[in-house]
Amino acid sequence: MGKTGLQGTMQSATQGRPKQDLQGQVVFRMEGVTRVYRTGAVEVQALRGIDLALFESEMVVLLGASGSGKSTLLNIMGGLDRATGGQVWFRDRALTHASEAALTAFRRDHVGFVFQFYNLVPSLSARENVALVTEIARNPMRPEEALERVGLGARMDHFPSELSGGEQQRVAIARAIAKRPEVMLCDEPTGALDSKTGVQVLEALYEVNRDLGTATVLITHNASIQRIAHRVVVLADGLVSEDRRNTERLSPHEVSW
Amino acid sequence: MRALDRKLLRDLRRIWAQTLAIALVLGCGIMVLVAATTTQGTLSGTQTAYYERQRFADVFSGLTRAPQSVVDQASRIEGVLQAEGRISFPAVLDIGGMEEPATARVISLGDGEGLNLPLLRRGRLPHPDRPEEIAINESFGLAHGLEPGARLAAVLNGQLRELQVVGWLLSPEFVYTIAPGSMMPDDRRFGLIWMTTPAAASARNMTGAVNEISLRLSRSADPRAVIAALDTLLAPYGGTGAHGRDRQASHAFLSGEMQQLQVMARFMPPVFLIVAGFLVNMVLGRLIALERAQIGLLKAIGYGTREIAWHYLKLALLIGFIGLVLGWGFGHWAAEGMITLYAEYFRFPFLLRDRGFGAIGLAAVLGMATVLIGAGRAVRASVRLPAAEAMSPPAPPLFSRGFVDRAIMALRLRQTSMMILRSILRWPGRAAITLFGVAASVAVLVMSYFIFDAVDLMADSVFGQSNRQTVTLSLSAPAPVSVLNEARRLPGVQIAEGGMALPARLVHGHRNRLSAVQGHFEGASLARLIDDRGQVVTLPHDGLVLPLMLARGLGVEAGDIIEVELLSPPRQRWRVPVAAVIRQGMGQEAHMRADEVFARLGLAPMLNQIHLRVDPQGLPALNALVKRTPAVAGLADWAEVRRQFDATLSESLLTMVGIYTLIGVLIAVGVVYNAARIQVSERSHELASLRVLGFTRAEVGFVLVGEVMLLTLVAVPVGWVAGHAMAAGLVEAMSNDLIQMPFVITRRTYALAAAVVVLASFVAVMLVRRRLDRVDLASALKARS
Repeated sequence: MGKTGLQGTMQSATQGRPKQDLQGQVVFRMEGVTRVYRTGAVEVQALRGIDLALFESEMVVLLGASGSGKSTLLNIMGGLDRATGGQVWFRDRALTHASEAALTAFRRDHVGFVFQFYNLVPSLSARENVALVTEIARNPMRPEEALERVGLGARMDHFPSELSGGEQQRVAIARAIAKRPEVMLCDEPTGALDSKTGVQVLEALYEVNRDLGTATVLITHNASIQRIAHRVVVLADGLVSEDRRNTERLSPHEVSW
Repeated sequence: MRALDRKLLRDLRRIWAQTLAIALVLGCGIMVLVAATTTQGTLSGTQTAYYERQRFADVFSGLTRAPQSVVDQASRIEGVLQAEGRISFPAVLDIGGMEEPATARVISLGDGEGLNLPLLRRGRLPHPDRPEEIAINESFGLAHGLEPGARLAAVLNGQLRELQVVGWLLSPEFVYTIAPGSMMPDDRRFGLIWMTTPAAASARNMTGAVNEISLRLSRSADPRAVIAALDTLLAPYGGTGAHGRDRQASHAFLSGEMQQLQVMARFMPPVFLIVAGFLVNMVLGRLIALERAQIGLLKAIGYGTREIAWHYLKLALLIGFIGLVLGWGFGHWAAEGMITLYAEYFRFPFLLRDRGFGAIGLAAVLGMATVLIGAGRAVRASVRLPAAEAMSPPAPPLFSRGFVDRAIMALRLRQTSMMILRSILRWPGRAAITLFGVAASVAVLVMSYFIFDAVDLMADSVFGQSNRQTVTLSLSAPAPVSVLNEARRLPGVQIAEGGMALPARLVHGHRNRLSAVQGHFEGASLARLIDDRGQVVTLPHDGLVLPLMLARGLGVEAGDIIEVELLSPPRQRWRVPVAAVIRQGMGQEAHMRADEVFARLGLAPMLNQIHLRVDPQGLPALNALVKRTPAVAGLADWAEVRRQFDATLSESLLTMVGIYTLIGVLIAVGVVYNAARIQVSERSHELASLRVLGFTRAEVGFVLVGEVMLLTLVAVPVGWVAGHAMAAGLVEAMSNDLIQMPFVITRRTYALAAAVVVLASFVAVMLVRRRLDRVDLASALKARS
C-alpha cells in the first residue's frame, strides 16, 4: 500500500498494470475521455480528458463538487452515455463506439446501477422490482436472495410507497446485485437519506463488495464516506484532480454525517 | 407473469378512466362497423338463399295481353333458362272493420314448378275447383286478422266478388311489400291476393292469355340482350318494358337498404378510429413522459429499446383489445336490434345470420392498426432517449416570444388567461388533437341530425307542398276530363283536379330507364312539382323536367334530347328535349305539361288520376262509394300516409337521435376528458403553485377549464364545416334511384350539435377539475417532476 495519491494520479492505464497485490485485473480503463453537451447555443464541457483505471474487487469513492463531471463519468462507464472523445474499455472490450444494442447487452450482463432517487418502478413490489432484472440476466440470484442480502427479506411484497427511503434504496441495491454484476455504479446512493439510514445502505454496499468481490464506484458529495473506500478519486472541472488510496478503511457504522 | 407485464396491468388499472374513454370511442367505431356489416351480411345472405330456393326471376315484364304461347317463345330467347307467364291485376277490397278501401294486387298461381314461388306459411293453397278461394300475403293477414276461413269483398275487374282466404303466403317478389306509387309499406291498405290461374283468368277475362312474364337467366346470359329481345317479342302485345331485378320494387328497396348499411359502415367508423388513434397517442405520450425516469432505469438495468417499446405498444394493444371487445359485443347487440327492426319491413321466411367473422376480422385489423399507429409516434420519440438523459428530469418547456406571443401580450390579459394561451401555443399538437376530436364530434352530430332536416323537408315537400290533396284516385282506364265534374259531385269533395301518368321508357344512347311521363294540368293547386328547396317548379312549354337521379341514370343534362317510348296505347315514340333537371326528394317520373302531352299524342285531354281535396266529414261516404266503384283502381289517402310516415319516423328517428347523440357525446367526452387529465397531470405543480400564491380554486380551475372550453369553442365552427362536408358526402352516397336526399342543414341542427358538444365537454372537464381540488399542495410542490 505504498502508493500515494499523487502517484495514483500519475498512474494511467496505458502505463500497464499497477504492481499492488491487493489489486486484481483492470475492469475499466479510460484514456483521454471527454464529454461535451450541447443544448441550443450553450456548450458544456463536462469531461475534459479523464485517464483512469478501475480494478477488480476495488471500492472507489468519486468525490467532487456539483458539476465536476462525476455523474457524467459514471454514466459513460455504465454505458448510459457515450464519450465525445477518448477511449473506454471494459476489460478488453471497447465501449467508445459500441452500438446501442451492444451497450444494452453490456449493462444487462455486467453492470449494476444504484441511483440517488432509487428509481424503483412504483407499480411493482420490492420482489418484482428485483425480478425486473433477474428475468433478463444471465446468471442471476433469486430475487429473494438478493433482498435478504440487503436485509429486506421481510418486506419483499411491499410496494415502494410502503417502504422508507433507506428501504427503497436497499431494494435498488438488491436489484443491482441480483444479476451478480462485475461492477456496481452508485450515484449518490445516500444523497437522499439521513445519516442513520445512509449507513445501512452503505453497509449493504460494503458487504456486497466484500463478499462478492464486485468492483464498486460510489459517487458522493459527502466527504466522510470516502473513508470506507479502498481508493478515492476527486474530480474537479472535468479532470481527475486527485487519486489516492486509503491506508486504512473504516467500516460504514464507524462513519456518520 | 413477468414483472414488466405486471407493471403494464397496474398502469392500465391506474389510468382506467382514460383507457375506458378511449376504448369507448374506438368501440363505437367498431360497433358501427360490426353492426352494419353483420346486418348487411345477414340481409344479403338471406336474400340470396331465399331467391335461390324460391326461384326469384331475373327479368320481368308487364304487357297488355298475349296468348300463353308467347311464354314458350320467351323461353327460347338465348340465355333464358325458364320463362313463366301469369295474370296480374289490381283490385279494390272491402274489409270488415275497415272504413276506407284497401287495394290489392291479384296474382295467378302457377303450377308450383315455375318462378317466384310463393311459400305457404299457414293454411293451404286455393283449390282449382273453387274460384272463390284465395291466398293472401302473411303480413296482410296479420294486419287484419284474416285467418284462413275469413271472407272479404273485392271489386275484381269491375265486379264485386266475395272471396275466402284459405292460406297465407310469402313471396320472394314481395320481401318488401309496397303499393305502387306509395312511399312505405302499409300492410293494412295494401295486400297481395293469389288465385288459381283459371280463377284469375275468368275474373279478368284472360283465359288462355297472360299479362306478365318473368324469366330466369343462365349465369352466362347478358341481361341487356335478353331484355331487348323480350321487349321486341312483347311489343305487339303491349309490353310495358322489360327490366331486371334492379327495377323490381321489392328488390330495389332491399338493395337500397343494404347500400345504406354499406355507406354507414364506410362513413362512420373512420371518424372514430382516427379520434381513438389520436387519443392513444395523447394518453400514451403522457404516460411515457411520466415514466421517463422508469424508462431510463429499464435501460440502465439492461432492457433494450425494442423491449421497452414493445412494453408500451402492448399497453396500446390492450386498450385496443378492450375497445374491440366492447365494440364487438355492442355491435352484435345492435345488429340483432337492426335485424329485428328490418324484419318488420322485410318479410323473409328465415334468416341466415352472418356470424360477423369477416366484420370482426376487419375491425380487429383496423382497431389494432389504429392504436398502434397512435402509439407508435409517442413510443418512438420517448424510448429513443439515451438512458442518462431519460433519468434526469425533462428540461422545462421552451416558451419563446414569437410574434403571436407579443400579440397576446398586447391584449393585456390576466396572467391566468395568458397561461391558457401560452399553453395552447406551446403544445400546438395537443391543442390540435383536442380541437380535431371535438370538431369530429360536432361533425358527426351535424351529419346525423341533418338526416332529420332532410326528412322534414322531404315530408314537407311531399305532403305539404307537392301533394296537398286529401286523396288520389287512380282510374282503371283513362277517362275524359269531364269526369272531374262527376268527381266534384262526390261526397265532401271541395276541389277535384286531374293528372295523367303514362308509363314510358326513356332512352338516351345505350342507356334507358323505365319511368312514367306525368302530365301536369295548367293551374293545378293540389298535386304540384316541388324541388328540394321547396320551390314550385314551373314546367316549361317545351320539353321534360327530370329528377336528378333519373337524369344521371340516363346520362343527360338540360338541353339534351331523349327518346320517350310510351308503354301504353297508343305506344308512340317521341323525341323530347330535357328542359330542366331538378333535385327532388322522391319520385322518378319525368314531368311535362299536360297540354304538351296531348298535343304530342294528338288526342283530346284525358286523365287517369283524380286528386281530391275532401272535407273530412265527407270522407267516410266517399270511401264507401269508392269501394263499389269499378272505375277506381286504387285510392291513396294522403292524410293517412302522412300519419304513418310520421309515426314510423318519430319512432325510428327518436332512437337514432339518441344513438347519434350518445356517439357524439362519447367522442367529445373521450377527447376532452383525456386532454384535461393530461393537463392536470402535467401542470399539477404549476397549478398548485398558483394556489400557494393565493389564487382561489376557481381561479386555478379557470386555467384548466378555460383552455379546454376555448378549444371547444374554436372547434365548433370547424366541426360545422366538416359536418357540412360529411353531410354532402352522405347525400351523394345515400341517394339512389328511389330517393334523392335533399341537402339542407338548418340552423337548428348546427345549434343543437354545438350545444350538445359544448355541454358534454364542459361536464367532462368539470369531472377532471374536481381532481384539482384534491391535489395536496405540499406534496405537489415537493414532487420531482
